[in-house]
Amino acid sequence: MLDVLRINLCSPLTLSFALGVFARLVRSELSLPRDLYTALSIYLLFALGLKGGVELSHSTLAAISGPAFVTVLLGCLTPISAYCVLRRIGKFSIADSAGIAAHYGSVSAVTFIAAQQFTTSVGAPAEGFMPTLLTLLEIPGIQVALAIGAFRMAAAAKTGEGIVAKQQGRPVKEIMHELLTSRSMLLLVGGLVIGTAVGETGWKPVQPVFEGLFKGLLTIFLLEMGLAAGSRLGDLRQAGLFLLAFGMIMPIVHGTLGAWLGSLAGLSVGGCTVLATMSASASYIAAPPAVRMTLPEANPTFYLTSALAVTFPFNLLVGIPVYYEISKWLCS
Amino acid sequence: MKTVPLCLLTVIAESILKERLIQDVRNAGARGYTITDAEGEGVRQRRVGEILGANIRLETIVSPEVAERLLGVISTEYFDRYAVVAYLSTVSVIRGEKYV
Repeated sequence: MLDVLRINLCSPLTLSFALGVFARLVRSELSLPRDLYTALSIYLLFALGLKGGVELSHSTLAAISGPAFVTVLLGCLTPISAYCVLRRIGKFSIADSAGIAAHYGSVSAVTFIAAQQFTTSVGAPAEGFMPTLLTLLEIPGIQVALAIGAFRMAAAAKTGEGIVAKQQGRPVKEIMHELLTSRSMLLLVGGLVIGTAVGETGWKPVQPVFEGLFKGLLTIFLLEMGLAAGSRLGDLRQAGLFLLAFGMIMPIVHGTLGAWLGSLAGLSVGGCTVLATMSASASYIAAPPAVRMTLPEANPTFYLTSALAVTFPFNLLVGIPVYYEISKWLCS
Repeated sequence: MKTVPLCLLTVIAESILKERLIQDVRNAGARGYTITDAEGEGVRQRRVGEILGANIRLETIVSPEVAERLLGVISTEYFDRYAVVAYLSTVSVIRGEKYV
């Protein structure tokens, strides 16, 4: 276990993330241009989709159907469990509970990539179709949590429980359109389709850009993530001890559930580790704007701080090796 | 040169509201608008956008009636839930018919 932790902590990804956090802590003027952040996220998502698509062209429907089913199941279960814990134990408001749950139900693509890199470095690479599972997990979690929020708030308004702001009543169609046409969804799904269509022969000429440069550019992206997480650290005091504990314990619970379901669906140790990490991760790209638009009553400090400043570093530093050990134990 | 007095409505808002605000501006009858990025901090502090988010500054030159209508929509739809600032100023324009 210690060896695995050491491999993880000494990777350029983790260390450049730590450098970003450090830069914020010492109040360095270091910052990456916003356009670079946008360009890097486009590159990473598109590369992920393309590579996944090429791998998908080698996979059979029978091999992917079981893992795909458990992934969608995870997408429906994790926001419910997160909501119940936040509302019942954490005593958060309906909007805050649903807002945070949407983040924990969805998935963080960068954490997913870090898990993929990790499983490869320890010699247990995950199945090639994992990026397909990533796209399946991105949306249901957000939808389920937003639906819980909308229903509970409507019920609370009827029974007169608390002061509920007037409902904006955004149609489901509009929310779905936003989620399905979001940048991350379009690039991932588009990349998958293109990758599957072109196969190995079409992939070869573009491989140097999308695979050769991938790790280096991901390292720069992690520096930016470190800067973003570092600038949220000050908000931890407002978020409180409960949210700090939630941001570390909930991923372990969701990760264990993901690893268990993955092993039932017949995934390898690497596949289980990546699925566990996906299930344990909290979205900070797709979920924040969706929650802000649909549940504006939810406090952004809570969901952004827990997803970005607690759960993301936790998974990156400790979570992934832990999910690997759990997966190894479950698959043995 | 002959100028015409019209209303310049400026809205500074969270960038996630961009599409909705554009729709509101069109629905209210404005003939055009300009959007630029904006940075800053107000009583609601930081934004939720591209990770930590930015603001937009929307400007539109309209007739007093359209400005009134737009301010009405903005105050009922956004003021209590989002970080939004809106203000009106009078500007003198040439080719006044272009805007109304």
